[in-house]
Amino acid sequence: MEIGKTLGLKLGKATRVAFGETLRDLGGEDPALVVVDADLNNSTRTDIFAKAHPGRFFNVGIAESNMVGVAAGLASAGKRPWCASFATFVMSNAYDQLRMSVAFPRCNVKVVGSHSGISIGEDGPSQMGIEDVALACCLPGFLVVVPCDEVSTIRATRALHAHAGPAYLRTGRANAPVIYGEDTPWELGKATCLRSGTDLTLVANGLLLGAALEAAAILEQEGVSTRVLDLHTLKPLDTASLAAAARETGRIVVIEEHLAHGGLGSTVAMAVAASHPVPMRFVNLGDQFAESGTPGQLLEKYGMTYPAILRAARELL
Amino acid sequence: MYEEGRYLTPEPQTPNPETVPVQSVLELQETARLLRKHIILSTTAAGSGHPSSSFSCTEILCALYFGGILRYDPTNPTWPDRDRFILSKGHACPAQYAAMAVAGYFPEEELLTLRKLGSRLEGHPNLQRLPGIEASTGSLGQGLSLGLGMALAARLDGADWKTWVVLGDGELDEGQVWEAALAAAKYGVSNLIAIVDANTAQQTGYTKDVLDTEPKADKWRSFGWETHEVDGHDLEALLSVLKCAGSAEHRPQAIIARTLKGKGVSFVEREYGYHGKPLTEEETRRALEELGWK
Repeated sequence: MEIGKTLGLKLGKATRVAFGETLRDLGGEDPALVVVDADLNNSTRTDIFAKAHPGRFFNVGIAESNMVGVAAGLASAGKRPWCASFATFVMSNAYDQLRMSVAFPRCNVKVVGSHSGISIGEDGPSQMGIEDVALACCLPGFLVVVPCDEVSTIRATRALHAHAGPAYLRTGRANAPVIYGEDTPWELGKATCLRSGTDLTLVANGLLLGAALEAAAILEQEGVSTRVLDLHTLKPLDTASLAAAARETGRIVVIEEHLAHGGLGSTVAMAVAASHPVPMRFVNLGDQFAESGTPGQLLEKYGMTYPAILRAARELL
Repeated sequence: MYEEGRYLTPEPQTPNPETVPVQSVLELQETARLLRKHIILSTTAAGSGHPSSSFSCTEILCALYFGGILRYDPTNPTWPDRDRFILSKGHACPAQYAAMAVAGYFPEEELLTLRKLGSRLEGHPNLQRLPGIEASTGSLGQGLSLGLGMALAARLDGADWKTWVVLGDGELDEGQVWEAALAAAKYGVSNLIAIVDANTAQQTGYTKDVLDTEPKADKWRSFGWETHEVDGHDLEALLSVLKCAGSAEHRPQAIIARTLKGKGVSFVEREYGYHGKPLTEEETRRALEELGWK
């Protein structure tokens, strides 16, 4: 099942590609921008930057811990580094370095995890970043952003580069349906309301935002006025938009391509519980690893397509 | 791709600020004795800390800070042209704090606040709190990567400051050290110097028994580093090696400093059982007496 197909959403670039192109452009604007990669640059797409700015690109080999440390050292000496690997490798393999060399000294390092979620497909569970958002959110002072398409990835990358402090940007492997128009507002730390509604709110980010919009369209036909929020920024969290959604729609479903624990669902639930508790449901990978398969097969099998969202929504109605 | 020599445009050497007078070997020996006193008094007052790990690197820090090796200005800790010093074995920070206090970064009395609530002198170095600390360390194995990043930044800027990283020999167990060593050789950062405080012991035993990282010099050489071995308590020998550091062509440099954990206090020397233990009041008195402090 292809995300966004029922709405006829146009398939755009993968968010990792939009990120790489934006990094290249930013590199032309900011001579202090440097990039460190752990030999996955043609996957994370920092190779696009490397081609344009070879002197400011460092491939330190398959060594994520050192990659993060080198980026932190560059930042301490006044550079504005980005470092990138697969989401699961940078977060799981280099977590102590992110904690101690980046978060604790509040180093201005931007971390990118590509190949997030199970939609990477055939390469299987060892390559799937399914815990990265939870880990990133646990790093004190880190900003955490999960863009859904090429347009919002450009905005997210630019906004994070302008921010002086540590941040995590989650990108995906697959081509992503285009959701944002050139005029759609996107603001760091502010949820984007992509569809207004009064009976139910779907909160999503990343690739599954397309699935949320598909579900919302069907619910609307059934007379359920459905709000869709793109909660691209988990930290800092837009608690005001969440409180308003809880108060005004009374029901919330949170959708993410991630494990159940510690990701978007937990984050939103905490905010809703603290402001205006309402019944909620959660669509995610649960507490398991996925397997090899095509992205569409996997999303369907593990319950992260619009029918799964509809089932969760109907439990609340 | 990195292009060899592309950013090698060093600027004229900035002279050492006058605030840090260069000491003779005799003066350095006296300063080392003073640093050991501070290490003892601060850790005893704290009731915790790592005096024995601090004693082994006392001469190394003494030579760096007072032998005209490290370029710094205690009145201007963020001076852009300063050398960067990273104590990767962060638990030995009582030695660094003592050196920084004697150098004039902060009053020597402040050393007695070590590890106390609100103090800038935390149990492990925290750059957010104490000006003059370049890296927050304490999770072993991370300092050399930070140093490599700094060395690369200096080269990108065409700056001539150097980056010095002091590691423990137990710390060499950490894989990240060797990731950084490989990458530093790849980038040929001659402005990066690693000093291994090879004090022969770690928390639960002698390094040769816990995880033997000998032959250390051969290892660093095979990783592409210009490597020297030196008696890490012989200030004259240390100075002669440190003065040449940073001058190798396209190669980072490693100095294996042969030291003893607990050096300077007979009943602590070589005893790994003293790792992370402050001295009792009676031991403090005896230790100070041995060092010639009444």
